[in-house]
Amino acid sequence: MLTIAGRTFTSRLIVGTGKFASSAVMQAAIEASGTGMVTVALRRVDLNDPGDDLMAVLDRRQYVFLPNTSGARNAAEAVRLAHLARASGAGDWVKLEVTPDPRTLLPDPVETLKATEALVKDGFIVLPYMNADPILAQHLQAAGAAAIMPLGSLIGTNQGLLTRFQLEIIIEQARVPVVVDAGLGAPSHAAQAMEMGADAVLVNTAIAVAGDPVRMARAFAAAVQAGRDAFESGLGVTAPVAAASSPQSGLGFLR
Amino acid sequence: MMNMKIICNGAKIAVEDELSLAMFLRGKGLDPDTVAVACDGAILARETYADLRLREGMVLEVVRFVGGGASC
Repeated sequence: MLTIAGRTFTSRLIVGTGKFASSAVMQAAIEASGTGMVTVALRRVDLNDPGDDLMAVLDRRQYVFLPNTSGARNAAEAVRLAHLARASGAGDWVKLEVTPDPRTLLPDPVETLKATEALVKDGFIVLPYMNADPILAQHLQAAGAAAIMPLGSLIGTNQGLLTRFQLEIIIEQARVPVVVDAGLGAPSHAAQAMEMGADAVLVNTAIAVAGDPVRMARAFAAAVQAGRDAFESGLGVTAPVAAASSPQSGLGFLR
Repeated sequence: MMNMKIICNGAKIAVEDELSLAMFLRGKGLDPDTVAVACDGAILARETYADLRLREGMVLEVVRFVGGGASC
C-alpha cells in the first residue's frame, strides 16, 4: 500500500483532472482508474459563467484533493496559491509547482525548495514537482517534503522516462515516496516507472485526451499494478548473451 | 438599492448595500463552501463569509478548483 504523510492509498496511480472533454467523462475516467487522489488547479471564477463546481463533481470522501500551484512563477506566488487552496476547503495537501518558463514548464529548483520550506512551516503536506535531480531530491526531503515528484519528461509531451538514469538514483536514495510525474504518455511508461521501484505515478494528459479516456484510465491502472507486482516479485538481471531456459542435458538421443 | 460598487475578479459590480459576502456568492450561483475569497488582498476564513458586509470599493478575488494536472 502506498502511504504518504501517514495516509494510505490502495492505488498507486494518481490522476490529474485537467483537459477532460467534460466533467462526466472526467468523473467516469477517475472512477475507472481506481485512484484515491486527484490533482486539481485553482483559478479565478468567471462570474458570468461559473461552470461546473469540481468539488460538487468529485466526492472528497472518496478522493484526496491534491491542489497544485500551477501558474506560480516563483515561491511567493506558489505559497499564496497554496494558502488559497487551503481556504477553499481542500485540506492541507499541496502539489507544489513553480514553473517560470512556459515553454518547458520545467520546475525552478531554487524557488521550489524555498516554497517547500515555507509551506512545511505553515503546516502543509507538500509534494513538490521537481526535475529528476537526485541532489535536489535530498534537499527537498530534508526540507520536509512528504513525497517527491520527479519528472519523466516535460509536462504533456508523452515522451516517457527520458530521465531514467536520474530516477533510478532518486528512488534508490529516497526516504519518502517517489511519485513519477509528467511525460508518461503510455501505460508502458507507467509500468516502467513502477518496475524501477517508483512508489506511484501521476498521469493526466495521456488519460484525459485519449480517444476513450475511461478505457485508457483502466489501462494505466493495470500497467501500474503490473509494474508494481514485477518490482515486488524481483526482476531478473540483464545479460549480454543467451541463457537457455530449457535443459541443456538429455539430448543424447539426438546426435 | 444597487448603489454600491465593488471590484470582483477584476470587474466593477453593483451590489446592494449591507449585502453579506455569503449572499453575494450565492447570488452569483456559487457555493460559499467551495470557493476561496481574498478581500483587499487578505485571504478570508470561511466562517467570516456570512457576517462580512461588502463595502464600497472593496476588491474581491474569488477562486475555486478547476480541472488540472500540471501547469496546463
